[in-house]
Amino acid sequence: MSFFKQHLPVWLTAIIGVLTILSFFMPHPLIADPAETLQNWAIVIVASGYVLGAANVLKVNGEDVARRRTNWPYKIVLLASMIGMMIIGFFMSGGTHFLDAGTKFTWAYNNLYVPMQATMFALLAFFIASAAFRAFRIRTIDAGLLAIAALIVMIGRVPIGQWLTKDLPEPWQLPVWASWLLEWPQNAAKRGIAIGAGLGVMATGLRIILGIERNYMREDKS
Amino acid sequence: MSWGERLEKLDRRWIFLAVGFLVLIPLLFPFKLPIAVSGPARRYFEAVDKIPDGSTVVVSGDFDPASAPELMPMLTSSVRHLFRKNCKIIALQLWPGGPPLVDGVLHSLGDEMGKKYGVDYVNLGYKSGNEVVMLAFGTSFSRTFPNDYSGTPVKQLPLMQKNDNFETTKLLVNISAGYPGTKEWVQQAQGRFHITMVSGSTAVQAPELYPYLQSGQVLGLLGGMAGAAEYEKSTGVLGPATKGMDAQSSAHVFIMFLILLGNAIYFARRNAQGRA
Amino acid sequence: MPFMAARDSRLRPTFATMRPRLPIPALAGALLALVLWAGVACAQDSLATIQLLAPAPAPPTGVTANDVANDKGRALAISWTASAAEKTNSVLVYRILRADAPEGPFAVIDSVAAGTTSKTDETVTAGHAYWYRVAAVGPGGEGLSTETAAGHPTAQWFNSTRLSVFLITLLFFAFVLGFILFAQTGKSMFVRRIPGIDAIEEAIGRATEMGRSVLYVPGINDIDDIQTMASLTILETVAKMTAKYETPIIVPTNYPVVFTLAQEMVKNGFVAAGRPDAYDPNSVRYVTTEQFAYVAAVNGIMLRDKPAANIYLGAFFAESLLLAETGFATKAIQVAGTAQVAQLPFFVVACDYTLIGEELYAAGAYLSKEPRLLGSLKGSDLMKAVLILIIVVGCVLETAGYKGFTNFMATQ
Repeated sequence: MSFFKQHLPVWLTAIIGVLTILSFFMPHPLIADPAETLQNWAIVIVASGYVLGAANVLKVNGEDVARRRTNWPYKIVLLASMIGMMIIGFFMSGGTHFLDAGTKFTWAYNNLYVPMQATMFALLAFFIASAAFRAFRIRTIDAGLLAIAALIVMIGRVPIGQWLTKDLPEPWQLPVWASWLLEWPQNAAKRGIAIGAGLGVMATGLRIILGIERNYMREDKS
Repeated sequence: MSWGERLEKLDRRWIFLAVGFLVLIPLLFPFKLPIAVSGPARRYFEAVDKIPDGSTVVVSGDFDPASAPELMPMLTSSVRHLFRKNCKIIALQLWPGGPPLVDGVLHSLGDEMGKKYGVDYVNLGYKSGNEVVMLAFGTSFSRTFPNDYSGTPVKQLPLMQKNDNFETTKLLVNISAGYPGTKEWVQQAQGRFHITMVSGSTAVQAPELYPYLQSGQVLGLLGGMAGAAEYEKSTGVLGPATKGMDAQSSAHVFIMFLILLGNAIYFARRNAQGRA
Repeated sequence: MPFMAARDSRLRPTFATMRPRLPIPALAGALLALVLWAGVACAQDSLATIQLLAPAPAPPTGVTANDVANDKGRALAISWTASAAEKTNSVLVYRILRADAPEGPFAVIDSVAAGTTSKTDETVTAGHAYWYRVAAVGPGGEGLSTETAAGHPTAQWFNSTRLSVFLITLLFFAFVLGFILFAQTGKSMFVRRIPGIDAIEEAIGRATEMGRSVLYVPGINDIDDIQTMASLTILETVAKMTAKYETPIIVPTNYPVVFTLAQEMVKNGFVAAGRPDAYDPNSVRYVTTEQFAYVAAVNGIMLRDKPAANIYLGAFFAESLLLAETGFATKAIQVAGTAQVAQLPFFVVACDYTLIGEELYAAGAYLSKEPRLLGSLKGSDLMKAVLILIIVVGCVLETAGYKGFTNFMATQ
């Protein structure tokens, strides 16, 4: 049993990890074909996770309702919405054509899901305004430079920036300065962070492949 | 309590209300501010315009309803531009919320411009798997998507009979809201399959994609609603992005005002405390 | 009976009395039809004559079939020199013919438009030989190339265009493994202080003092994202601290596999703290995979349960500011960390401490102080120094006009 719990996952991780890395450098079918098959299997595994997720939501929230735990009425709304959409999708929307225009499922998607998603995303505009007022303080020279750059980009990227400086020579117009800031200094900083993050990904991946980092496995303490 | 203290402790709901009005008023009473086309947007337009008429183009709509206000105008303008050039479109989505949005655009513009499904455009729909799907798709369209969005086997569609990988396509248009998106297409597919690419993305993500624009891996870039409005101006068909620019302008000016006000209060209080 | 009638002189026509029987319009029509028929016949004859007279286009020359480099051996690149007839626009298409033997039989496998001089054949199998001929097809017929090109598709073991990446990857692995071995000798290694990570324990302590819970959000990506893996590693340490201080922890997750792993991490943390009995399975919850539905649920937890410490570590997207601002409104101490560069400004503005980029990946090593993990950290740092050197050298050489180094570094 210890082999299946302790050793097999580590070996599987190592072999599949090394094979996937090698397939980037070695196009030969002996390496590339198994790697491609594994990638296809990964698609299947990721897709099957949704089934597991639905079952989990039912189990966890069903228990909360049954035992009248805190906020249990909200769980009824959640379960009713989930089961309702599943019934509409499976049985009331033309079978496999449930995504076609005019079906009940599409109606629910367009009139319930889409507005709610857009509403949540729209909250960002308000939150940005309140965060800008509350937290953006010029306490240091760095913060001051950041503030100046932010103001230039904010105004330069919208038509009002063009309108305000339209009579100035082109090198002095706000949109030109905004474009320059976006294309050069911020680009350089982002590249630096991205390179560092990329190395972090490689290091973490290597640790997982080598079995040095295996917290994801259940440690059998007995 | 002094004015400074009152403003510092201002209930943020007043700010929310002000933002709401400043966005609503320009939508009802537009200012019609002029829009200047930036370099990245111009390059996007030129990259699409330069491909030979009648070419096959892959359009990947990797977004969901949350980012539809920014990205749908880009998608609509791109599809219209491609249809005007009689290009054939093969569409796919890597976000589960994307297919109905992309499908709606394809069919409505297809009907408007006399295009036939299966011959001039195909929507392959959504597949989960992120980068794995990108790699598999680049190798074979039909093996990755055996059926299209409505369940028809792709081998029955004339457009898919002539196109099964990136070798026969001239461009990848990626409209992306995050992960998976442009970065993953560049990392997984652009270099591997030597595809020409343009990208439209949300304003938040666009700065992250400038390195790819500079290196030439992405030929053109539209950032947010401003980018969409610039592209609408380039194609000559103004739409919702152009209408939204006045509201965006006033919101930006208000946020700038809030930053300056917040700092003015901060410095005033700091000086007052220093004197005390 | 006609012959008997003809012998009767009264019925025998004479030229003197004979008058034209056909009317003039009908005669003209017949004449016209005759002329038209003759004209069409002549035209057809002319066309046929022209066709017979027009030569078949000159065949293409210089046909070659080369193996496509750096592939699985399932493609051959066919190329040819255009037919001379292209100059007079007499070529309609080129047909590519293939055979399994040099003497044939050749069968058409593909056709390309005029003006094209190459095509990749991806229907071949490695290890077999194929022979190709190309025909230029025009109105006058087909001009088949006299030469036959032989092609042998071969699978390459190594993609030579990726040599630079391979060497750098090997170097990186060598650095990391070297430092891991060095760490296992017991020597200590300096790692600079990362205030954000130190603040995690401070935040948990504050939550304990206030008698409120700790909220831990492991990002919104699935387990295939390394950020999520890094976050779950840190979760175990955080769970251990909360177990030690007897502070409740809430972990909302948004993918089923992440949910399962998060449960294991929290349980391991409680076991490591010697408090397995205090572990509450309901502290880890699966919420939903939908981004904004998830953030609405987490905001609800923040506003109702009012945790005193919010820890956001992992991959975040547009919801980052929604989470951070709501957490600020509940007056919680907030520590965030992500490698999503676009979201960092929002966390920096709204949170008390932020781990930037690779500091998130370093957090696991920093908190656990395990030598092998610290060793990999040092290996990454050394690699970063090498990359900086490569960038500087590349910039200098490129500025000086020497492009060889850049070309070597570019991959396909």
